[in-house]
Amino acid sequence: MQLILEKRAQASSIMNLWSPVLAIFLTIVMGGLIFAMMGKPPLTALYLYFIDPLTSWWSIEEVLVKAGPLVLIGVGLAVCFKANVWNIGAEGQLTIGALMGAMVPVLWGEWQSPLALLAMLCLGALGGALFGLIPAWLKTRFGVNEILTSLMLVYIAQLLLDWVVRGPWKDPQGYNFPKSVSFEGWHLLPIWGDGRMHAGLLISLLAAVLLFWIMRHTLKGFEIKVVGSAPRAGAFAGFSHTKMVWFCFALSGGLAGLAGLIELAGPIGQLQPNISPSYGFTAIIVAFLGRLNPLGVIFAGILLAISYIGGEGIQIELGISSKITQMFQGMLLFFILMCDTLILYRLKWISTKPNQHSAGYI
Amino acid sequence: MSPYEAILLTIITASTPLLLAAIGELVVERSGVLNLGIEGMMVMGAVCGFAAAHVTGSAWLGVITATFAGIATSLLFGLLTQTLMTNQVATGLAITLLGLGLSGLIGSGFVGLPGVKLANVAIPWLSDLPYVGRLLFGQDPLVYVSISLTVGVAYVLNHTRMGLVIRAVGQNHASAHALGYRVVAVRYACIAFGGATSGLAGAYLSLVYTPQWIENMTAGRGWIALALVVFSTWLPARLAAGAYLFGGVWILGLYAQGMGVGIPSQLLSSLPYIATILALVIISTNRRLSLINTPASLGKGFVPDR
Amino acid sequence: MKKLLTALASVALVSALSISAVAADKLKVGFIYIGPPGDFGWTYQHDQGRQAIDARLGDHAETVFVENVPEGPDAERTITRLARQGAGLIFTTSFGYMDPTMNVAAKFPDVKFEHATGYKRTDNVSTYGARFYEGRYVIGQIAAKMSKSGVAGYIGSFPIPEVVRGINAFLLGAQTVNPDFKLKVVWANSWFDPGKEADAAKVLISQGADIITQHTDSTAAVQVAEEQGVYAFGQASDMAPFAPNALLTSIIDNWDDYYVDRTQAVLDGSWVSTDTFGGIDSGMVFMGPYINMPADVKAMAEATAAAIKVGELHPFAGPVYKQDGSLAAAEGETVDIGSLMGMDWYVQGVDDQL
Repeated sequence: MQLILEKRAQASSIMNLWSPVLAIFLTIVMGGLIFAMMGKPPLTALYLYFIDPLTSWWSIEEVLVKAGPLVLIGVGLAVCFKANVWNIGAEGQLTIGALMGAMVPVLWGEWQSPLALLAMLCLGALGGALFGLIPAWLKTRFGVNEILTSLMLVYIAQLLLDWVVRGPWKDPQGYNFPKSVSFEGWHLLPIWGDGRMHAGLLISLLAAVLLFWIMRHTLKGFEIKVVGSAPRAGAFAGFSHTKMVWFCFALSGGLAGLAGLIELAGPIGQLQPNISPSYGFTAIIVAFLGRLNPLGVIFAGILLAISYIGGEGIQIELGISSKITQMFQGMLLFFILMCDTLILYRLKWISTKPNQHSAGYI
Repeated sequence: MSPYEAILLTIITASTPLLLAAIGELVVERSGVLNLGIEGMMVMGAVCGFAAAHVTGSAWLGVITATFAGIATSLLFGLLTQTLMTNQVATGLAITLLGLGLSGLIGSGFVGLPGVKLANVAIPWLSDLPYVGRLLFGQDPLVYVSISLTVGVAYVLNHTRMGLVIRAVGQNHASAHALGYRVVAVRYACIAFGGATSGLAGAYLSLVYTPQWIENMTAGRGWIALALVVFSTWLPARLAAGAYLFGGVWILGLYAQGMGVGIPSQLLSSLPYIATILALVIISTNRRLSLINTPASLGKGFVPDR
Repeated sequence: MKKLLTALASVALVSALSISAVAADKLKVGFIYIGPPGDFGWTYQHDQGRQAIDARLGDHAETVFVENVPEGPDAERTITRLARQGAGLIFTTSFGYMDPTMNVAAKFPDVKFEHATGYKRTDNVSTYGARFYEGRYVIGQIAAKMSKSGVAGYIGSFPIPEVVRGINAFLLGAQTVNPDFKLKVVWANSWFDPGKEADAAKVLISQGADIITQHTDSTAAVQVAEEQGVYAFGQASDMAPFAPNALLTSIIDNWDDYYVDRTQAVLDGSWVSTDTFGGIDSGMVFMGPYINMPADVKAMAEATAAAIKVGELHPFAGPVYKQDGSLAAAEGETVDIGSLMGMDWYVQGVDDQL
């Protein structure tokens, strides 16, 4: 007796809908078990982790602030992965985008006008896009695997930021500490509410909706899907794989760079060596959780942001290590991947008989 | 000990975890599976190895535990990608994430405790040779393991039937299946081997390199190992060369700092990554080299038709 | 029935009031850490301070901490959370928490904040730091005495003023014993990267250093020193368990008294915003036990520490020459506090360039 997978005649639409729900449910159950094994009250812990972050307005604001960059980068990556282009270096593109956009307040600090903010945003996107084109070029020109190159570039980007912040762009009034001048006036994004929610959140939402529309209703969206899932068919249809690689890296790199700049001009307010708690990598999970669909990415980003906020709450209230957050995210990704299998395949028990076909020769 | 000897010893220490992890991944990829979860398997090996060594006082028990931890983690990857047909890239990333998080949890009670170091093995008489003695014959055991694994893998892949089967499965799993080879079983076995060596690499970090446990102590080495496999065009000898080259660049960057050369330390620290990219470009440009050896079924899932 | 209900209600009210009164008595003191308390370095010592509050003021105060908080927006959120949860005093233990602390302080004027190693203050934000460089001067002298090669290796984290002060003070101390003492520097670009620190130590040793000192937080470097048979100095906490034969002494941060004093000030209502920069004199910095050295070296070290303690000896007393040859402080003067706080130059004799 053996458990095997049998390909379904067509993708199950029921599972399409229920698979993420099932995955989340399984993660919660597994999480509860782990809390119980650690000797902490499982139901309290789960409440603190998933529900509590949504119970106060302040907390909801924080969830949205955290989700903003995740969604912005995630939608770009979702398009990328859909086309089978693996941009793992979003963290590096985020860094370079932030660096380029920071040119305005650091080098032209007196230029105060809405145009300055616009320039920062454009430079941020441009910086990220250009940095993302490096792995694209290496892949299309030399055939080098983009996963590795984009990843190596992350380290290089972070070291570059470190050097810039400690050297040429150090704040002259800053006692030689590694930070740039604090951004002011039009170099900061408009905020509302308690002072944490910033205009960048709108940009994230806009990007998600825009990309959703592009993927659903334009030829480009169709092209992306075909090149990703059936490259030969795409080639026959005249879709250029090379151009797709360039496009995907430019898009996801640009969005990541924009996200980096938004973090600078929003919550952080200056250039410093650490500007991102691995948003570029977490966004990969967000993209998958959102099933590579821009609208799904919004929900996935919020869910992951909740897991971060909840993780902090648990640390304070129950003394559980901060590592639990990473574990949860890994588990969630696991269960999503497993449950997604059920869309295309059916689990079946069969009895094993000797295979009549393997006579040992072709 | 002359400075020359000392530097070479340091380079060997820096390169060994890379070689250990990469040689396993080489076998995995030869069988057609792309496992990006090396970082996760390595760090699980590191924490379990440290924990076992600390609790029992024996570094060797730590090494064995680490190996099994690596195997267990890799089998999880295998279950998802071979039986449940999930996307290999995404699953590998999930394993890395899970490994980093779980190891942090397991290890939280072990941070800051002094470790147990795996003692160097000095082969009698040979290790007293001038210059090369200590270098070649006075190393810790895992260095010898890494070299023998490299040689062993080269031999098995090229001169045994088992190696032939592995390569066949990696090249064209449909034909291999038609020939009666059990594709999924072979891949599971290779995945487990990859997990074992990654666990060993992790054990090296927490039991030899810096005998203690710190979160994320793998510090990205798993990704470097992946790059090394590509750089080596799936040939073990080239893999060893690449590992020592990378270790060399890494250490020489630090050396240059100590010499007081006015180059910014960030630039020196980024040299290994730049070197990796350059090496990948050089290898990939030579189409003959790269294409011939790429396992054609790399990354593709296999579902037998019934 | 009505009377019963009223009685019950009053009992409930009184109990609730008394419970909350008891609860309201205890001051909640929050701590934000950059790393784990188990790092046996910087954060470990801060956590010791926190435990001192629990031990000495446990009747009136209770502490809570959050570890591994990255600098940036996450820090601001975490500090805000602690303030919202009723903390009356919050310690933020890393330089990079400066702006987040200031931002939250503006929103919570009744909460007091203590920021380590920063320079921005307001009515409810104090800063504090320690003159670690005094300890560096002492170990510099020990190094020059114990070294046979006349070369020491320094593993730095980041070239920020605090670290540069430490390097300079170390060399100045060494130069009082051996004017030709040399110092080699390797930057780990991290506060805590054991692999890199171990490699850096090995490289420095291969380049002739037979004394290793560090401004990074892990024990990897002293372990390497132990293995290779050279001497080493520990950082932030007593690292002797990791290197019993190689360790000479450690510079230990002691925040216990400061933390207890500040908590007491909040309890008394006497807390005001201050800037504290204590050294050996106030006990914020003290030297770990002197081991593995001959008695005369130990005596010299103790004498130096005592002299610094009473203010007779200042590590940066002139003449101090910068690496480029210019004079930073003339005979009879000391390097001024502004230059110390923003130090970005080496003294002569450092084998590195900034």
